[in-house]
Amino acid sequence: MFVARSIAADHKDLIHDVSYDFHGRRMATCSSDQSVKVWDKSENGEWHCTASWKTHSGSVWRVTWAHPEFGQVLASCSFDRTAAVWEEIVGESNDKQRGQSHWIKRTTLVDSRTSVTDVKFAPKHMGLMLTTCSADGVVRIYEAPDVMNLSQWSLQHEISCKLSCSCISWNPSSSRAHPPMIAVGSDDSNVTYGGKVQIYEYNENTRKYAKAETLMTVTDAVHDIAFAPNLGRSFHVLAIATKDVRIFKLVPMRKESTSTGPTKFEVQIVAQFDNHNSQVWRVSWNITSTLLASSGDDGCVRLWKANYMDNWKCTGILKGDGSPLTGSSGQPTAMSTVVGSSVQTSQSVLNGTSAGRIGKRTPFAPPLRQLTSSKIYQHPAYY
Amino acid sequence: MEEVDVEPTVTNIPAARDGMHLGFAWGPGDILVFDTVYKAAGATGSGSSLIHVVRKDEDIYSPILRKLFNESHHIFVGLQTIREDLPSKNKKPQFVSISKSYRSVIRACMEELQQVAVSTQDAELATQYGNQVSILLAIELIWNLCEVLFIDAVPAGSLLLHLLDWVRLHKADVDEKAREVLQSESPVEHHGYWDVVVSYVLQGRLEEARQMLAKQAAQQYADKNMYKLMDNLLSKMPVYNPGSIHTLTEFDVKWRHWHEEVDRCLQDKSFASNVHLELICKILVGDEDTLLEHKELLSTWYHFLVTRLLFAHPTIKPTELHYYAQSCMAMFLDSRSAPETLDSILLAAFDFDIHQVIKDCSIALNNWWFVAHLTDLLDHCKLLQSHNLHFGSNLREFLLLEYASGLFNHHSLWQLAVDYFDHCPEFGRVYLELHIERVPLDTERKALKVLRICEQRQMPEQVRSICKIMAKRALRNNRLGSALSWSIRAKDAAFATLISERFLQDYCTRGTFSDLDLIDNLGPAMLLSDRLTFLVKYHEFHKLYGEKCFTEAAKLLLSLITAKIAPRSFWMTLLTDALPLLEQKEVIFSAGQSYELMFFLEELTSSFKPATLNSDKSMQEEDIELTKVELLRLALARNLAKAIVKEGTVDA
Repeated sequence: MFVARSIAADHKDLIHDVSYDFHGRRMATCSSDQSVKVWDKSENGEWHCTASWKTHSGSVWRVTWAHPEFGQVLASCSFDRTAAVWEEIVGESNDKQRGQSHWIKRTTLVDSRTSVTDVKFAPKHMGLMLTTCSADGVVRIYEAPDVMNLSQWSLQHEISCKLSCSCISWNPSSSRAHPPMIAVGSDDSNVTYGGKVQIYEYNENTRKYAKAETLMTVTDAVHDIAFAPNLGRSFHVLAIATKDVRIFKLVPMRKESTSTGPTKFEVQIVAQFDNHNSQVWRVSWNITSTLLASSGDDGCVRLWKANYMDNWKCTGILKGDGSPLTGSSGQPTAMSTVVGSSVQTSQSVLNGTSAGRIGKRTPFAPPLRQLTSSKIYQHPAYY
Repeated sequence: MEEVDVEPTVTNIPAARDGMHLGFAWGPGDILVFDTVYKAAGATGSGSSLIHVVRKDEDIYSPILRKLFNESHHIFVGLQTIREDLPSKNKKPQFVSISKSYRSVIRACMEELQQVAVSTQDAELATQYGNQVSILLAIELIWNLCEVLFIDAVPAGSLLLHLLDWVRLHKADVDEKAREVLQSESPVEHHGYWDVVVSYVLQGRLEEARQMLAKQAAQQYADKNMYKLMDNLLSKMPVYNPGSIHTLTEFDVKWRHWHEEVDRCLQDKSFASNVHLELICKILVGDEDTLLEHKELLSTWYHFLVTRLLFAHPTIKPTELHYYAQSCMAMFLDSRSAPETLDSILLAAFDFDIHQVIKDCSIALNNWWFVAHLTDLLDHCKLLQSHNLHFGSNLREFLLLEYASGLFNHHSLWQLAVDYFDHCPEFGRVYLELHIERVPLDTERKALKVLRICEQRQMPEQVRSICKIMAKRALRNNRLGSALSWSIRAKDAAFATLISERFLQDYCTRGTFSDLDLIDNLGPAMLLSDRLTFLVKYHEFHKLYGEKCFTEAAKLLLSLITAKIAPRSFWMTLLTDALPLLEQKEVIFSAGQSYELMFFLEELTSSFKPATLNSDKSMQEEDIELTKVELLRLALARNLAKAIVKEGTVDA
């Protein structure tokens, strides 16, 4: 792993969230300076800020992109108790010439009476749906019935979770066998209140979300939660950031055909890591869920990976070196350290062993590097 | 199996450390990292406001290694198509040849890297290239040994010959030195002369050693007989010929005879007066101490191993290799220097521990190319199953998926990855689905390319999604024609309706249609939505009218209204379109048709009333509307009169 470049985001205050769009060509940043910025990646890989505007009257906690099928749409949530939906419109020609784009507010969702702590779009097969959760313990699911008119959002569901909510995650599975499912985490630190992760499932018959499961073993404050891409499996994998990193497997139990209640799950813990020493604040999967990243109080981002025997190990650490750059972007030191010490993050997991058997830079190669001829076919094989 | 537990690698990020958190976001190919504080609500702090793009798999971005990826892809695909039904014994030659193809790709790549490393002015870059060359060299060395031991699986006798080839190939500096010596003014007096001769002998290249010695013999009249004797010994050394009728036992007998003869020469001190010839004789008799005294000419323990086998155990069996390998390594490396990764990988290979070789290579190398391709080949040779039943093919798929996922991060190499995913039966398809929908659709051409891949593999959801994204984008940029054709491909009726409406709106405001070709040639696709059907039919009406086929045009126009596929808001326009037809000299609308038109006009105007009172509309607009209605009424009445007269006439 190496730092390919650094981008001066130029926010006036702390950045709280950065979010890639679906194709990785755009990103959005949000900050305590109450603004959101949108960045576009140019042909040569450089990032340019193409829009920056004040979105809320408080810290903006999270920013997220809708699937591009719905156009260029962002949602943000804030300490100011609101969430907002933004759409990019193809602007005036002189805007384009200046490399700027124009975002307009389509709606403000004002139902929460407290800080809106997370905002997520539902998986695209459910249509254009937006979910928020807030410190007052309510998860709200909104829908834009007409995808061409994003100024109309109707509040479809309100789920009362009783505990202050910090994070939500949709199960991305689009399989017919899996009804829509959302996991909610609470950062209430009172362990006597029981499980801090609740899972709700949509019921076709009642047209409501009903609680399917509470992870009773997670009693400490939960700060982030993430379902893994499903990969066509029958079970679900859920990562949780609490006082440690935990990975759970939710295996749906066979349902009686007459039963109309929510699915029951067998909850298995797959892995649990306390390497961050204290609180873990974010967990997130890569596209194919082969890597889980987590960020914690040790100031590090840790990468976790399973080998083909499903053993999970920490394979890489990203660590602040205490020397924040103030300058502009640095160029990648590509192709360096081929067998140096800073490689092998992804590589070291074949059998659960971690990286770096060659810790030093000594050549891995045979001592002599004379290349005079390629004589692979020099001697005929005898067969 | 030995589990080596080493700390994970640490990547330093130029960011703050104390009291701060590192925020992150996954991208398709990299991770974004930034300073932040996750704590109490409303927290503020002094982050650096820098966002760092952290990337892995740097090799992918090297233009020379790209050739390696491209060419090995062809070999990989070829390997997958080798027929399953052939007995594996018959496939061995094919596997060996595929293995050699892989190695020649590595070689080609290595040489190109070597050239740029030499020619570049940038010292740092030269080191980088140099490092890559040494990696590839090591890869090729390991692969070559695996080919001999596992894929070709040569029996005793031939085994040593293959190992000799292996050593010769990877210690080609002898030829370099020989050339230098031979090109000097007086080769026999060149300081490197004896090194070359001894190196030849150590590699078992006795014919070349004799030629070199002949030059010396020609000048050393005093030692003439000694040189002759040595030449005789060298020429007589038996070499196993796997093609001959002689058995390995016969060869062994012959070899022992020769060995005894060499030993006799040593005992009776035939070469005592010439240190060089005596040294060669000691090598020929396989004296370990003598060999170890020439470490710098052997340079590696595995060269020592092969030389020792050549002169002491030429009929070595594969199963005995491990013992000799281990002892040679121990003898060769002094107690101070611990074996390096390459050493343990080679040792594991000599031990026929395939799994350990793959595992150690995965740990030591920073790209999946090597392990993925080698494991795939070994798996085709049915070596992994027999080695360890329950995870053989899983291991192959695991490594291929990792390798292909890495390729997907690259803007053009991702296309190669598709074929790798295709040959991963368990998760290949899901991985492809997840990755391919993230390929940026920068241009229509690229979108079509991605689309074709999805269509070929029957991925309806991805096809639909790509088309929908493209349709949405085209509409945003006001390219209606493109938006329409993408939404037809996506079979997205709602969107097609919407775009058709936009077309009609544009027609109402501008009086002309855009994207005529597309609308004319939709064919059955127009049935996707009623509005689209109407759009096409309405355009057909205009065409008929333009071609002065008035009767057909009139019929079509009427059917558009009566069949109710025309949106109500469009009726007025349709009726207005009927005006010129009504005003023609000839009677075009029959009496019956005129009644129908009148009926619709009345229905429209009666429902119109509240709308016309709408204050939004200006007086002027209202006037125009009223005038239109009046004109229509007049024209319809006139036409009806004419039609009745005409129809009456015909009837009579």
